[in-house]
Amino acid sequence: MAQPADLLYSREHEWVRIDSDTATIGITDYAQSSLGDIVYVELPKVGTQVAQFSNTGVIESVKAVSDLYTPLSGEVTEVNEALENDPALVNREPFAGGWLFKLQVKDSKQSENLLSPDSYEELIAEAQ
Amino acid sequence: MTLSESVRQTPLHAEHLALGARIVPFGGFDMPLQYASILKEHDAVRNRAGLFDLSHMGQFMLRGQGVAEWADRLTINNVATMKPYQARYNVFCNEQGGAHDDVIFYRLPDYWLLIVNAANAQKMWTHLQEHLPVSGVTLESRHGANALIAMQGPKSAEMLRGVVDPDISELKYYFCLEGTVYEKPAIVARTGYTGEDGFELFVDGADAPEIWKRLLEEKKSGGLEPAGLGARDVLRLEAGMPLYGHELTEEIGPLSAGLTWAVKLSKPEFIGRSALERQKAEDTYPRIAGLILEGRAPAREGYAVFDKDRPVGQVRSGSIAPSVGNKNIATALAEKDAATIGTTLQVEIRGTRNAAQVVAMPFYKRGST
Repeated sequence: MAQPADLLYSREHEWVRIDSDTATIGITDYAQSSLGDIVYVELPKVGTQVAQFSNTGVIESVKAVSDLYTPLSGEVTEVNEALENDPALVNREPFAGGWLFKLQVKDSKQSENLLSPDSYEELIAEAQ
Repeated sequence: MTLSESVRQTPLHAEHLALGARIVPFGGFDMPLQYASILKEHDAVRNRAGLFDLSHMGQFMLRGQGVAEWADRLTINNVATMKPYQARYNVFCNEQGGAHDDVIFYRLPDYWLLIVNAANAQKMWTHLQEHLPVSGVTLESRHGANALIAMQGPKSAEMLRGVVDPDISELKYYFCLEGTVYEKPAIVARTGYTGEDGFELFVDGADAPEIWKRLLEEKKSGGLEPAGLGARDVLRLEAGMPLYGHELTEEIGPLSAGLTWAVKLSKPEFIGRSALERQKAEDTYPRIAGLILEGRAPAREGYAVFDKDRPVGQVRSGSIAPSVGNKNIATALAEKDAATIGTTLQVEIRGTRNAAQVVAMPFYKRGST
């Protein structure tokens, strides 16, 4: 499956959509499919400062606990409240309604450390 | 004889791959963790039926006049009192009263079938050999050669009508029969590990793929789905059934696991008897407690359990429980007083203490939802 072209990707299978100085972050379709049924999402609190590629939360499926990493540095401005009652939204709509949190981007140059859709596609092709 | 270490795939391995299963190593075998989704497979078993490959489990055939008397001296539950075609849960203990393995005996007219956990198959084979009497008992392992297919769920009996001969509608729970499945020879038992009605089909490995494929094809419209070990673990935990390595170990014995009903101290002698008798008299052994957690974070194996600020135990299994109102349930090995039903304990999840109520197990009973 082709990766959405308007996003950037991390090696830890997060995606980021940059809209001026706001970044929306989620996990990829490949990530949700690998995890299986997601039953719990633990997100950073609004107002938290997070550093690129640091551990900022947890995603749990029925069988596994996985760490969540932020693809960019910044201040958390919003978290997806819908996931509290419906964590499986991440499975159903990983690139849309299943987004995880938003950041006020600290340093837009950090996006140079992220992968293009094509590079991410190659990464998961190698993993399979 | 040593069991083959090279046996890594069940006779149904190609079927699992064809179904797109996610394969994980388990008990020395490559086994399907899930096909489509653990929660969907769980739903199929609770409401319709699921088909499991359990061919990784050890199958030993015990023959001879001395089997019952011999097995009674190695296990906590009664063996000799079993009727022909009866199945019975049992535990092999060590001298300290810990569990060597938990098993099912099936009594057939000419032999006994002993089903052991896959991960314990080699250990159990050695244990049985070491305790073999001079005469009167012979052992044969069918591990990896025979297959075991389980159909579990409320529609199982209906789905197997016309497939199994003779008719299984009158077969009692924890009994078995010798017959055929799609005209292939089989032992068919009304046993399982899910808390639902269901059947276990012991068949020759060579016949297993055809039986598996035909069942899935012909019963698909009735709602039969292949189900993996992930769903099985959630189902058994909801049903309050111990899993070896979690609620039972060489250190956690049958009394701690809540299997007091199976510990027959009326038997004059068996391995672990004196230790269990002492444990029972002292009554201070730790207990496996059933927990229902507050909050949405699942409890996982190894998480610490507290009673106020005092550490009292450790989580042994945990999962979200679709059949328990989608709550998070867990088992914990806890000090006796902390394991009292109604007590509120705390489970530490990534540094945060979450309240957990000690409840009676099973968490889920057939027909309760």
